[in-house]
Amino acid sequence: MSGAVIELDQVSLGWRDRVAVRDVSGSFARGSLTAVVGPNGAGKSTLVKGIMGMVSPLRGYIRLAGDSRTQMVCLPQMGELDRSFPVSTYDLVAMGTWKRTGAWKGLNAAEHERIQGALDLVGLADFGPRIIGTLSGGQLQRALFARLLLHDAQTLLLDEPFAAVDRATTEDLMALLQRWHEEGRTVIAVLHDLDMVRRYFPQTLLMAGQAVAWGPTEEVLTAENLHLARHLCAGDYL
Amino acid sequence: MWMMDWLLGPFTDYAFMRRALAGSLCLAFAAGPLGVFLILRRMSLMGDAMAHAILPGVAVGFLTAGLSLAAMTVGGMITGLVVAVLAGLVARLTPQREDASFAAFYLVSLGLGVLLVSLKGSNMDLIHVLFGTVLGLDDAALLLVASASSVTLLALALILRPLVLECMDPLFLRSQGAAGSLIHMAFLLLLVLTLVAGFQVLGTLMVVGIMMLPAAAARFWAGSVGRQMVQAAAIGTVSSYTGLLFSYYANVPASPAIILSAGCIYFLSIVFGSHGGLLQAARQARARRRRLSRISEHF
Repeated sequence: MSGAVIELDQVSLGWRDRVAVRDVSGSFARGSLTAVVGPNGAGKSTLVKGIMGMVSPLRGYIRLAGDSRTQMVCLPQMGELDRSFPVSTYDLVAMGTWKRTGAWKGLNAAEHERIQGALDLVGLADFGPRIIGTLSGGQLQRALFARLLLHDAQTLLLDEPFAAVDRATTEDLMALLQRWHEEGRTVIAVLHDLDMVRRYFPQTLLMAGQAVAWGPTEEVLTAENLHLARHLCAGDYL
Repeated sequence: MWMMDWLLGPFTDYAFMRRALAGSLCLAFAAGPLGVFLILRRMSLMGDAMAHAILPGVAVGFLTAGLSLAAMTVGGMITGLVVAVLAGLVARLTPQREDASFAAFYLVSLGLGVLLVSLKGSNMDLIHVLFGTVLGLDDAALLLVASASSVTLLALALILRPLVLECMDPLFLRSQGAAGSLIHMAFLLLLVLTLVAGFQVLGTLMVVGIMMLPAAAARFWAGSVGRQMVQAAAIGTVSSYTGLLFSYYANVPASPAIILSAGCIYFLSIVFGSHGGLLQAARQARARRRRLSRISEHF
């Protein structure tokens, strides 16, 4: 542990009429690999948006260490990308260079090489010219991972990266997550598959509107914690 | 030889036809690419709304300064932007969706505009404002259209990358720290500029046609957004030329003729288009069926 990258201090998040996240405190250590789990409506996505600074806290503070605001990148849920937009897979991946190229700078040879390298790495070597609308869900997710690769960010937040993705793709992409972890990056992923969390993620945050438990995965994912989380979330609807 | 004569004659013989061609070509170059983005942002009706929104401003300019180009242009720009901002605000502050609030604002604008023009002007003036004066473009109007479309194309080139990002993945753009709403405003500004310049040529009612029809047709001929923009400008160019020619020989009003030729190209594109056209879809379905039946023969 070499200090916290992201620190939450009694954070509440939500919109005008609905509080989605209540009183969450804790921190993500630099280089940690954390899964965020919880029932639907537990506030997982809202928490990710809060950390990214897209939703400001109703109460409490979110502190980011030093340069981590610029060193952070987020993979939102698939639903938020317009899949019918007519751009090629190559261009989609190339958008990952935004921090370096901005609105006007051209792509130099080195960037082109990195883009092709990222496409190769996610198994889309020959898919560059394909319009994104013709990709399958799994292929599109691979392309979005390639875009993440180009950011070269130190902190990565992924919101349900394996939803609607087949097994082979999930395994390939999970290998990428582990690689990022080994490279010392901080990785936070919202997930549903608890077996996968147990197998690959050392740290887990269990959410149910509030933080039910946060720590080493085997201590968090106990039967009574999971039961409590389900109970808390169901309570909202009663 | 007679063919060349027939195709080019009207333009070599008459200065007003040359001016009409120059004006409508300038407009088509800027309007087509903008239209592509309107369609991609699912704001096809927005162009319509904005075109009507400039009417009250144009009318006020006309009331205060007569048929003065500068006054009508400035007035149109102002009301166009005011309506865009107000409708956006209503959509943000109330549960009303953006398309509905735009529709409400533009209908009010249309009513107000027509009323204002008729206060002082004749029916002829109203017709001019609504349907344009493509066959009577003077130097000032030509200059306005040419500069507006040059500015629009240059600005579009400058904001293209963030604009594409803003359309397809707004969350990503925001996460990168770029101001998506600024890009949106810049786009609206270009839209209003082109519409205000275009109303001189085709009129407030028809100018949207040269924006949306070529863009809608281009979708059937090109896969990527860049190619669609080029195609839209090209289709607008062809429609302007054929429309003017048709209007000359058939002795019909020019601006509806231009819009109708764009409409013909649109219908042809639906049928023959290489990207999702009906014939192509039918061919693909037949090929699929044949493949399937070959496989089932095998077993």
